[in-house]
Amino acid sequence: MRLRRLAVLLLALVPALAGCGVGRAAGPLRVEIVLHYSHYQPRTISIPAGRPVTFVLRNADPIDHEWIVGDAALHERHRTGTEAHHDARPTEVSIDALSNRETTVSFPNPATLTFVCHLPGHEAYGMVGTLTVTP
Amino acid sequence: MRRLITLLTTTFVALFLTAGSALACGGLIGPNGAVNLLRTTTFAGYHEGVEHYVTAFEFAGGGGAFGSLIPLPGVPSDVVKGGDLTLQRLIMETTPAQRDSLIFFGAAAAAPSEAQVLMERKIDALDITVLKGGADEVGTWAKNHGFRLPPDAPEVLDFYARRSPIFLAAAFDPTRAAARGQAIGDGTPVHITIPTPNPWVPLRILALGKSGQERVDADVFLLTDRKPALLPSSDTPGLQLAHSAAATDLLLSDLRSDKGMEWVPSSAWLTKVAVGAQASKLMFDLAIDASGQEAPSRVAAGLAVPDLPAATPADLARLVFGLAVIALGVLFVVGLTVWRPARGTLSQ
Repeated sequence: MRLRRLAVLLLALVPALAGCGVGRAAGPLRVEIVLHYSHYQPRTISIPAGRPVTFVLRNADPIDHEWIVGDAALHERHRTGTEAHHDARPTEVSIDALSNRETTVSFPNPATLTFVCHLPGHEAYGMVGTLTVTP
Repeated sequence: MRRLITLLTTTFVALFLTAGSALACGGLIGPNGAVNLLRTTTFAGYHEGVEHYVTAFEFAGGGGAFGSLIPLPGVPSDVVKGGDLTLQRLIMETTPAQRDSLIFFGAAAAAPSEAQVLMERKIDALDITVLKGGADEVGTWAKNHGFRLPPDAPEVLDFYARRSPIFLAAAFDPTRAAARGQAIGDGTPVHITIPTPNPWVPLRILALGKSGQERVDADVFLLTDRKPALLPSSDTPGLQLAHSAAATDLLLSDLRSDKGMEWVPSSAWLTKVAVGAQASKLMFDLAIDASGQEAPSRVAAGLAVPDLPAATPADLARLVFGLAVIALGVLFVVGLTVWRPARGTLSQ
């Protein structure tokens, strides 16, 4: 019986060993966003309110990008802003070309927000996504 | 008078150079004022297996600097200052109504790791660098050298690098331009010599940095030994065959008299392709077959992806080994799952 249990355990480990693990460890949820060809993948994300979420931002492009999440008023400020680099707030992150960044955010209340890259021309090009914070 | 720069243009893209760290996060220009590359002009001649690009970079002023990034079909054998009259003379040949208003043969054409640097040249106020690398390497080089690439650059660089990993970066130094007394609109002709089996003109890159609805207008001039076959064909939306005829002896003689144009043959075919398309529709390049085979390359035109490199025996051995390891692992796990010890059977 021990051998059979071992086999079942090995089978359970196969997905993780193959890099396809979807297991959820204790702590923040992890959401990966790939920035490729100046678009976010995925473009639509849903997370629960009140729980910390670590966003893993992988910039696969040879140009810099941003991931700024918030409501319409925040984005309007950024469209005319002067802050060249963002690293002071977890909801506003600059990601250098061909690099990764992680940021952990907790949204206390349900909301529908957008994440946008405000570098010149990027938003118009389609670098926009939707973040839904569910109850 | 229509500006010279509205008459000849092809493969170039305005790429702003960063103007310091105070760049507005939502702004479009640097603090020192706008720096724009107004237009660049190109002529592509082909003779005896060599493509000759003659291009004029127009100085657009501004307080910073600007440049262009140009995909090439192969490694150039040389990049030198071009003659001043070639582009103007070709314009006159195909737009006769404007002859009276042009200055005939004017003195100056009013007109992850980094990529590998293959060649560097300084031509007047231009810094020319020939690069070899994929989209990421060229993009990294551009970033490290002050170019600010537009958001569509990653996809467009990939589009070109998959077929030819050779790019030419040209950066205008406004300080040197000022020292040379260059005014806005003055052009610097550059002659790029590229050995290649067939000529080629990149068109998609004309749309770089433009919104999908913006219009791209350009004229491409070709001089080949015989009438060329083109792909896409000239009846493609966005393309128009504006001129196709044997070049006159006078034109060839005039071109041959310009600096670096001694290669112009005694007879040739002159083609002018007018490009007029929405940026979002310009997803192809101009492939040219000048050999007489009438078979321009679909890959060169950007209409087909290049074949992947053939797998080597070593690649196949690694693949077989990997599959064997996976198969053994699966058999091991399955075997453990279904195996029952013999002792258990005997005890019953």
